[in-house]
Amino acid sequence: MESSRRRFLTIAGLAALGIGAKPVIDALAAGTGGEIANLIELKKGDHALTAKQWAMVIDTRKIAKASDIEPMIEACHRIHNVPQLDNKRHEIKWIWDEEYHNAFPTETNKFLSEHAEHIPFPVLCNHCENPPCVRACPTKATFKREIDGIVMMDFHRCIGCRFCMAACPYGARSFNFRDPRPFIKETNKEFPTRMRGVVEKCNFCAERIAIGKIPACVEASNGILTFGDLYDPQSNVRELLKSNFTIRRKQSLGTDPSVYYIV
Amino acid sequence: MNDKKYIIAGLAVFVAMFTFPFWYNIGKASPGPEIKLTDKAKAAKECVMPTEYMRAEHMQLLDVWRHSVVRRADRTFVNPGGKEFTMSLSNTCLDCHSNKSEFCDRCHDYASVRPYCFDCHIDNPKEKK
Repeated sequence: MESSRRRFLTIAGLAALGIGAKPVIDALAAGTGGEIANLIELKKGDHALTAKQWAMVIDTRKIAKASDIEPMIEACHRIHNVPQLDNKRHEIKWIWDEEYHNAFPTETNKFLSEHAEHIPFPVLCNHCENPPCVRACPTKATFKREIDGIVMMDFHRCIGCRFCMAACPYGARSFNFRDPRPFIKETNKEFPTRMRGVVEKCNFCAERIAIGKIPACVEASNGILTFGDLYDPQSNVRELLKSNFTIRRKQSLGTDPSVYYIV
Repeated sequence: MNDKKYIIAGLAVFVAMFTFPFWYNIGKASPGPEIKLTDKAKAAKECVMPTEYMRAEHMQLLDVWRHSVVRRADRTFVNPGGKEFTMSLSNTCLDCHSNKSEFCDRCHDYASVRPYCFDCHIDNPKEKK
C-alpha cells in the first residue's frame, strides 16, 4: 500500500489509542479474580509423580492369550466409569485389544510370526509428542499438558465436534452418542462420568499420578506394561528401550507416539 | 377513532394481565432458601474459604480449581488460612456437602440456575455407596 501523510496519521492515531487503552484493560483484567489469586495458593500434591513425558512400554512377548490383557482393560474401564455399550457404533473404549495387522498396518509383513499373528495387542491413546488431535480441536478442550506430556481432555470444554476423532490415526477416541450413565455397571464415585456429546479417551491416569500411583492398567498388567519418564535416562522405560528392540504404531505419520511395543 | 373504548379496554386488560404476577406477589417477599448442613460440614465450621465468599463466589472458585487440576495438574489448594485441600468437586466438596438435594439444589432452584456439574460429577458419594 502506498504511504501517504493521511495513512501515517491514521496509524499514529490508532497506536496512540492502543497505548491509552492498555492501563484500562490491565485494570479490568486484574479486577476479575485478581484478589483471590493473591490469597490462595495452588500446588502439586506431596506425592505426585512427575515426568517430562510419560511413556509406556508394552512387552508383547509376555502376552499369550486374551485373558492376559483383560484385567488391564477391566481395571481401566472400572475406575474411569467407562460405559459398556454393546452397539459397536456407540462403543466407548480407553484401552482395548487389536490384532497385529490392525495395530501396526505399516509394519505388517506378508508372513508374520505365529506369536504376532495370534496374540491380542493392547492399544490405547499414544500420548503423542506431536498430537494431531490437539491441532484439530477448535476449543482447546484437548491439549498436550506441558508439564508431563499427557494428552488431556477437558471434558468441560469439549463441544463434541469430533474433529479430534477424525484427526487421531489410532482410533483412540470415543464419542458419547448416548448418555453413558445407565451403561456403567459399577460407578466409581471418585471419578466423574461423562455426559452425552463429549469425546473421551485414556488420560494416562492423570488422577492417579497426581497421588503417586501408577496407572491402573500398569498395576493390573502383571509386568506386561511399564510406565515411566521417557526423558529420564535412568527410568524403567528407558532401561527397557535400551535393551529391547521396540516398534511404535504408524510411526511414519510423524505423531511421535509415547507407547512403545517390544515384539 | 370510533374504536377508542375497545382499544382502551383492551389495553387495560393487557396491562392488568401483564402485571398480574407483580400484584399477586406484592408484599410477600419470597423467603430465601433454607439450606441444611450435614453434620460433617457443621463440625468443620469453615469451608475452604469463608462462608460469605463461598456463598457468592463458589462458582468462580470451582472454575479456578478445574483449570488448575486439569491443565496444570496442581491439585492441592492452600486457603488464606494455610489449610490444604484436594481440589475436587466429587471428592472434597461433596464429601462434606453430601446432601445435594438439601444444600446445592435449594439455592440453585431458588436462583433458577441449572449448573451442569452433576451431569458428570457424581453427587452424593456417601449416600449411594
